[in-house]
Amino acid sequence: MEAFTLLAHGFVVLLTWKTLALMMVGLVLGIFVGVLPGLGGPNGVAILLPLTFTMDPTSAIVMLSCIYWGALFGGAITSILFNIPGEAWSVATTFDGYPMAQQGRAAEALTAAFTSSFIGSLFAVLLITFLAPGIASFALQFGPPEFFSVYLLTFCSFVGLGREAKHKTIISMALGLLLAGVGMDTVSGQLRMTFGFSDLLRGINFLVAVIGLFGISEILLTMEERLALRGHSARISLRVLWNVWKDMPRYWITLLRSSAIGAWLGITPGGAIAASFMGYNLAKRFSKDPESFGKGRIEGVFAPETAAHASGTAALLPMLALGIPGSGTAAILLGGLMVWGLNPGPLLFVEHKDFVWGLIASMYLGNIVGLVLVLTTVPVFAAVLRVPFAAIAPMIVVSCAIGAYAIQNAMFDIWLMLLFGVVGYVFKKIGIPLAPFTLALVLGSRAEDAFRLAMIGAGGDLRVFWSNSLVGSITTLAFILLFWPVISKAVGRVSELLQPAKRTG
Amino acid sequence: MSSETEIAVEDPTAPAEDSPPVTSTRVVEIAVYLVLVALALLLAFDNWRTGMGWASDGPQAGYFPFYLSVILAGASLYGLGTMFFNPSEGREAFVTRDQLRRVMQVFVPTFLFCLFTQWLGLYVASFVLIAGFMWMVGRIALWKSLLTSFVFSMIMFVTFEIAFDVIMPKGPIEALFGY
Repeated sequence: MEAFTLLAHGFVVLLTWKTLALMMVGLVLGIFVGVLPGLGGPNGVAILLPLTFTMDPTSAIVMLSCIYWGALFGGAITSILFNIPGEAWSVATTFDGYPMAQQGRAAEALTAAFTSSFIGSLFAVLLITFLAPGIASFALQFGPPEFFSVYLLTFCSFVGLGREAKHKTIISMALGLLLAGVGMDTVSGQLRMTFGFSDLLRGINFLVAVIGLFGISEILLTMEERLALRGHSARISLRVLWNVWKDMPRYWITLLRSSAIGAWLGITPGGAIAASFMGYNLAKRFSKDPESFGKGRIEGVFAPETAAHASGTAALLPMLALGIPGSGTAAILLGGLMVWGLNPGPLLFVEHKDFVWGLIASMYLGNIVGLVLVLTTVPVFAAVLRVPFAAIAPMIVVSCAIGAYAIQNAMFDIWLMLLFGVVGYVFKKIGIPLAPFTLALVLGSRAEDAFRLAMIGAGGDLRVFWSNSLVGSITTLAFILLFWPVISKAVGRVSELLQPAKRTG
Repeated sequence: MSSETEIAVEDPTAPAEDSPPVTSTRVVEIAVYLVLVALALLLAFDNWRTGMGWASDGPQAGYFPFYLSVILAGASLYGLGTMFFNPSEGREAFVTRDQLRRVMQVFVPTFLFCLFTQWLGLYVASFVLIAGFMWMVGRIALWKSLLTSFVFSMIMFVTFEIAFDVIMPKGPIEALFGY
């Protein structure tokens, strides 16, 4: 198969000492980021992005994606040992992971978490390897109307499927799209929404906003809480490893189910966090002994971790194949692609084969190396939490400022970062989701360009979005998803009327 | 087999549970909606001035953002409406007095850090920020704070300025050493 040849080529690109060293550095930094309070996958990737500006794109993406894998692994450490989910997607891991640690089975829980993370990722990477090239080559036929309809689908699915109040998602998204439009208009060359400020001519940089929204605001939020920790430390011995791995095949249904759920939700925009909960809940529902969940059952660690990693990895599929990120972190990686001068989208598979297959190969290798690394070094990383937050917080602030400044060498961006930090803090506290904002900001100008090019091509006729069966069905699907809550309620009511006898309160 | 040793980190200045609230979520939410409506109107006006109609070849530069401003204003007004029709919503504390004090303990130094970066350069500012924060907020011994922040700032300088060629704002002190 062609994919195998290309993948082999990807491994060749990857297997240089420099790339492998960067991979290790990325993984270690990533685990740090995952373990430390007040940092997480998206923040870590955003803050460390400037390090990669002078690298070639392949080394850069390998290091950044390894930071991402590392953060995914690191989240499990704090969830299990300290009952503190380092990431939203690790919350479900604490349900059974922490009880296990309390019973003195921390090493077992950690082994289970790391191994199942690995399996989840592997499932998603296999999916990417075999699906992404096909989707990309299909998407090569897309013109501006098709692309706009795909963007529309992404935005609408966020609104329709998100769990937050609809108007808050819409506010977040509209604000992101508006801010993406600040500066020089790419089609007409006119200035928009700059109000005469020369600093706004460059536009509002996506990465600056992300560093503020996730990095600075997260520190403000962390400070609000009580920072005392109490936890267990653990060392994983070969015997524990062997015992867990020996038992693992028994849970193959759980692992497979969680992988599939994770991969599906990861591809759907905005589904990454839901995946771990769904994986957990389904494992519980299908279990013969649902009562034992939450009391330290190993299956309760397998299920959410597999799903979380599968979704975290699968989120990269739409990013690679279509240029549409499936998660906040994927959105930041997409921002990175643009900084390195690559144009995200289906053409990547044609124009930058080395890059794409190097990245996919690094997903395999990074996960294997990451698994070995976390299994052997858990005690070291758990000890990181002993470092007082008063030392970590200002260091994170400095790293954020370096990141924000480095993007465009502008002092204005440091102030903008601070402003976004405050905005992020307030938005999080009143429940306005930040993920749609991030996505809108990174996709905004591309969506607008696609819309206007489609309009220019069609002479201003909006019917172009229903002009053929492909674009028509995507656009229609977008509207169905947008009004999904209304539709599902209506469908529910109709079926209720049809079957009044079976109605359950 | 796992060797169990407890890891414990204390937080002596943690915010008290019963600290009185400064304001409710409701007040902040309403304020945010009002700000967003104002922002939306401002942006809508600017885009109307740029041109929000159709030229012969398609939408003008202000078309897309103008309608987005309208959507933003609409969603914010809807949010305001829900606030007024559900007077019981968002009564919980937005931030308590203790929490606000702690948040300010990070925010004010961060603000000063940004200010200092403009004059003294980023590396000196970061040295001052980390040492000051560790010593004053974290109550960590002065020598430890100074040493940690010096080492961190040097690592950053070597990593970015020398190894990766990422240029940061620099001030008079770096100039003394010829950078």
